[in-house]
Amino acid sequence: MKSRRSFFHIAKRKDDELPGWKAWGIRAISLILALLVCAVVTTLLTGLNPVSVFTTMIDGAFGTSRRIWILMQNVAILLCISLAVTPAFRMRFWNIGAEGQVLISGLAAASCMILFPNLPNWLLILIMCAASVAAGAVWAMIPAFFKAKWNTNETLFTLMMNYVAMQLVSYFVIVWEVPKGSGKIGIINQNTEAGWLPVIGGQKYLLTIIVVLILTAYMYVYLNYTKHGYELTVVGESERTARYLNIKTGRVIVRTLMLSGAICGVAGLLLVGGTDHTITSTIADGRGFTAVMVSWLAKFNPAGMIFASLLIVFLSRGANEISTIFGLNHAFGDILTGIILFFIIGSEFFINYQIRLSGRTGKEER
Amino acid sequence: MKKLLSLVLAGATLLSFTPAVYAADADVSDMKVGFICLHDENSTYDLNFINSAKAACENLGIAEDNYFIRTNVPEGQECYEAAAELVDRGCDIVFADSFGHEDYMIQAAKEFPEVQFCHSTGTKAHTEGLDNYHNAFASIYEGRYLAGVAAGLKLNQMIEDGEFTEDEAKIGYIGAFTYAEVISGYTSFFLGARSVCPSATMEVTFTGSWYDETAEKEGANKLIQNGCKLISQHADSMGAPTACETAGVPDVSYNGSTEAACPNTYIVSSRIDWTPYYELAITSAAAGEEIPVDYTGDLTTGSVLLTDVNENVAAPGTVEALETVRENLMNGTEKVFDTEKFTVEGENLTSWEADVDTDPEYTPDTEVIEDGEFKESKFRSAPYFDLQIDGITLLDTAF
Repeated sequence: MKSRRSFFHIAKRKDDELPGWKAWGIRAISLILALLVCAVVTTLLTGLNPVSVFTTMIDGAFGTSRRIWILMQNVAILLCISLAVTPAFRMRFWNIGAEGQVLISGLAAASCMILFPNLPNWLLILIMCAASVAAGAVWAMIPAFFKAKWNTNETLFTLMMNYVAMQLVSYFVIVWEVPKGSGKIGIINQNTEAGWLPVIGGQKYLLTIIVVLILTAYMYVYLNYTKHGYELTVVGESERTARYLNIKTGRVIVRTLMLSGAICGVAGLLLVGGTDHTITSTIADGRGFTAVMVSWLAKFNPAGMIFASLLIVFLSRGANEISTIFGLNHAFGDILTGIILFFIIGSEFFINYQIRLSGRTGKEER
Repeated sequence: MKKLLSLVLAGATLLSFTPAVYAADADVSDMKVGFICLHDENSTYDLNFINSAKAACENLGIAEDNYFIRTNVPEGQECYEAAAELVDRGCDIVFADSFGHEDYMIQAAKEFPEVQFCHSTGTKAHTEGLDNYHNAFASIYEGRYLAGVAAGLKLNQMIEDGEFTEDEAKIGYIGAFTYAEVISGYTSFFLGARSVCPSATMEVTFTGSWYDETAEKEGANKLIQNGCKLISQHADSMGAPTACETAGVPDVSYNGSTEAACPNTYIVSSRIDWTPYYELAITSAAAGEEIPVDYTGDLTTGSVLLTDVNENVAAPGTVEALETVRENLMNGTEKVFDTEKFTVEGENLTSWEADVDTDPEYTPDTEVIEDGEFKESKFRSAPYFDLQIDGITLLDTAF
């Protein structure tokens, strides 16, 4: 070894240096590697045939028409929340408060259902829509306002707002619990179905799916083809440029976050009014945080988010199935999910960076 | 879309034929059974269910491929979905184990009238009027009373050994929520203890969760610092038993023996054995017979059990004493909620209306004191004893 240089070095790829097919090739290789590692782990830890474990996962996610519906409903909700956080992220505003925004808007919808069960249903549903969208928007606006006005740290602020929302929900669950002391509200208006969103075509989940598809298209257009979308991207890239272009940064921040919160409000409404018909402090089920990952995995592209959320929901539904069929603890499904996500996120590293092996001639080889 | 539709139709047709199939062929071992559990084996409560589920299926000759146990099913839409998926798998009967699953089981029962749905600990079957929806519980207050007797004897032993005086005989209890199931549980436990140790008092703390290991551990430590000499719990993690083992304070656990983890402090545990109910419900469904709308298992059906007494910790003579009290409870000479034996604000009760038919206003609707006894689990299987009796202090009732 004449060279004193290290064995390899890492360099950031220039934009567009890597052709699209190569990037997808890297992703495919990482997925295959992930499955191989999962297979080895499965065999070593459980002695089961990894192929049957994988096919069971697929069966658990897609095996029957009901499973496909449930899968699509779960994808829709996760996608909806991911869409909500995306404009903020594009603006480099680290909104990790989606969990709280969904909870508070769910609480708003549930309150309407509990307080006004005797209103005509169309009116009640209208009020619920307005209340939950407004609640989500306000919940997101508060940290945005402080950020715009006094440049407070939005990451901490939005995070803390989650806990406030969670405690508020816990409090109202106790106010409205049935029976007393049980810590649960149960299905609201189970007999009258007051405030339940309408079922389209006999399919409970269809409405949720349609609403979220429309939102996805809207968000795609909003981000890429509107003045608002352009402004928030500029604010994200450089506040100085924004000021130079006479964009009112503060206003863009507050406006964008209200949009974020409002879309979370839609998610809360769909959960409470559309499917669950109750409110619990766990109704968002961590999806406010998972959405952050979905948004990043898809590089803030709404179309990509469909696939990213599909992947994540597929993994969790599949993990459920293997725990039922093979009597394995849920933790095992989580291990497999963790391995697969690790490889997928890891593949982005190889897409964005180049590793050059330092050969004797100095010529790089990958 | 067409394919999907035909799939749905095919599924519907299949389902509509199911009852005919097992009415003709009433062989129990051909039944397909589904179980829905809130948590998994790490929760003592769910473990108790899972063990009963496996035992019942094994006893009835149901092959492992024909019963499915879904764990970690939250008390929300997921419970309905889990039930519906179990129906899709061909299950003839579906059980759920957690109180909050009830509304979602009812939802599933309405949608699949040909499948039987049985919900443990629930309260609504007797008012819901569905042919295929059933509740079940057990007179676990008798088991807790017995466990309380073992606790009282331990307190007596420690008083005799001079570890503390009679007046300091305070029990600590960690409860999940403040509603009747838990109130009935800690009151019967306390009455059992006081039946042998008259100076006993009790402090109860609540965690607001069925399974929160940290909160249960902290609750136990707080009670021990408050001067509680013995601990028991109605919450499902190992938090309280392990805190007792660390502090060296005797513990009466719930849902099953914790002796392996806590050999130096564990005394005894009461538990519901769901096996008799599961067997009854599955065989009834197979034979096309009715499942009881609201089933209460007791000491005689083998539904209420005590685990083996840990003689290293329990007071001498505990096993014999428990056997006597058990006999007395079964033949009715001793009653758990004997109105002579407890007071509410200094008064013995002669009349009390309880909220037996669940409603959002908690309207008391049924007279439950008869013949000098609060008749627990008579008007519905799930407990409705919600009195705050003298001698018990509630520390935090926020939940």
